[in-house]
Amino acid sequence: MEKQKEMIRVEKLNKYFGDLHVLKDINLTVGESDVVVLIGASGSGKSTLLRCLNFLEIKTSGTIQIEEETVEPTKTNLNKIRQRVGMVFQHFNLFPHKTVLQNVIEGPIQVNKVPKATAIQEGKELLEKVGLSDKANVYPSKLSGGQKQRVAIARSLAMKPDIMLFDEPTSALDPELVGEVLTTMKELANEGMTMVVVTHEMGFAREVGDWVVYMHDGKIIEYGKPNELFDQPKEERTQEFLGSIL
Amino acid sequence: MFEDFISYFGHLWQTFIDSKWLFLEATLLTLKLTAISIFIAIFIGLLFALLKITKIKLFVWLANTYIFVVRGTPLIVQIFIFYYGLSYGPLQISGFWSAVLGLAFHNGAYIAEIFRGSIQSIGNGQTEAGRSIGMTSWQTMKRIVLPQAFRRALPPLGNQFIIGLKDSSLAAFVGLAEIFNVSTTMGSNTFDFMTWLLISAIYYLLLVFLLTLLVSYTEKKLAVSD
Repeated sequence: MEKQKEMIRVEKLNKYFGDLHVLKDINLTVGESDVVVLIGASGSGKSTLLRCLNFLEIKTSGTIQIEEETVEPTKTNLNKIRQRVGMVFQHFNLFPHKTVLQNVIEGPIQVNKVPKATAIQEGKELLEKVGLSDKANVYPSKLSGGQKQRVAIARSLAMKPDIMLFDEPTSALDPELVGEVLTTMKELANEGMTMVVVTHEMGFAREVGDWVVYMHDGKIIEYGKPNELFDQPKEERTQEFLGSIL
Repeated sequence: MFEDFISYFGHLWQTFIDSKWLFLEATLLTLKLTAISIFIAIFIGLLFALLKITKIKLFVWLANTYIFVVRGTPLIVQIFIFYYGLSYGPLQISGFWSAVLGLAFHNGAYIAEIFRGSIQSIGNGQTEAGRSIGMTSWQTMKRIVLPQAFRRALPPLGNQFIIGLKDSSLAAFVGLAEIFNVSTTMGSNTFDFMTWLLISAIYYLLLVFLLTLLVSYTEKKLAVSD
């Protein structure tokens, strides 16, 4: 079998906020087309880990490789890296002064210098993909939370990233809107997108995840296939966590 | 008593009508002073607001010092410093430009604080979203943060524009024939001060009214995304 390409490799990653040690010697590898789901209680460091992968947070020590290239925040052009690593936020962070389509084409036009007509064409295709063709010229304030998040996904995809990071993409949604966002993410996973997802949706983790990572107190406690980790957790703390949420 | 009032208003109205060509010129000068000085003030304000949020010590100190000095001294003193002060050096500037520069530097300090506040009121999530699609920090500022910040700044900016318009009357003291100067000159020529002052007040009221309309029209236009 052909060796799977390493999309992300994290070694001995540490992150401090002042005196607070939020990530402790994290090691993590994400292969091409893998969906890795990070689970754990609030404050366990999973969002910080995700943000370090996009360099919205800068690591204190350790190494991060993106597509087999070591990224040193002081030396590497992070804007170039971020073009390949898309990010979807808990609170969508759509640009409220731009229409749905303008949100989607902003990156391609401003960053990738794609001609406007091409960007619009591709933007419309992406909106169709996330089921929002009819909302192209609407402002975000007119959308439901689920629709906003699907636009945010389309906005990230417009940059044609190799990796997508999701930071609790459904946590700010009303329960009835969670499904539509998860469906979009599932389609993306089926197309072979490499994804790292922080979520509390255990159903999604089990069904879509290739790997599940349980974090506690800034450390990775357990790592495994979803059925192993959910059905036969080895670590006591994983058992406690799963027991408390299921 | 009542008839006296009526006859005075008749006189006021007649004087107002008769002097319209005189004041047309003065009004145009007032508008020119205000428009140019506010235009420059917006750029000064934006520049110092951006300096202040860089968190680079020298820049922040520069911006704070500018705001401290300008806010702490009267506008008329600033205009006079431009007018008399610069005439000592090789630069001889006209009354018009000393008033424009005085007004621009003065309003710029207040506008800097307005912009700084509105920029900082735009959530960090917007910056992160911009950076996450690979935009540079300047692209994110220009395309994402500033347009939203400008919209939020409009109501207090409109206020500052009104203050700037009325403060342009101080240009009378460096010899500009704007509205206030014309009215006081006519007052001393005719010994009918009150009538001419009231007429100048009417012109200022009208101009402020028009400016208010313009600002609220712009606010509505920018509110399409709500």
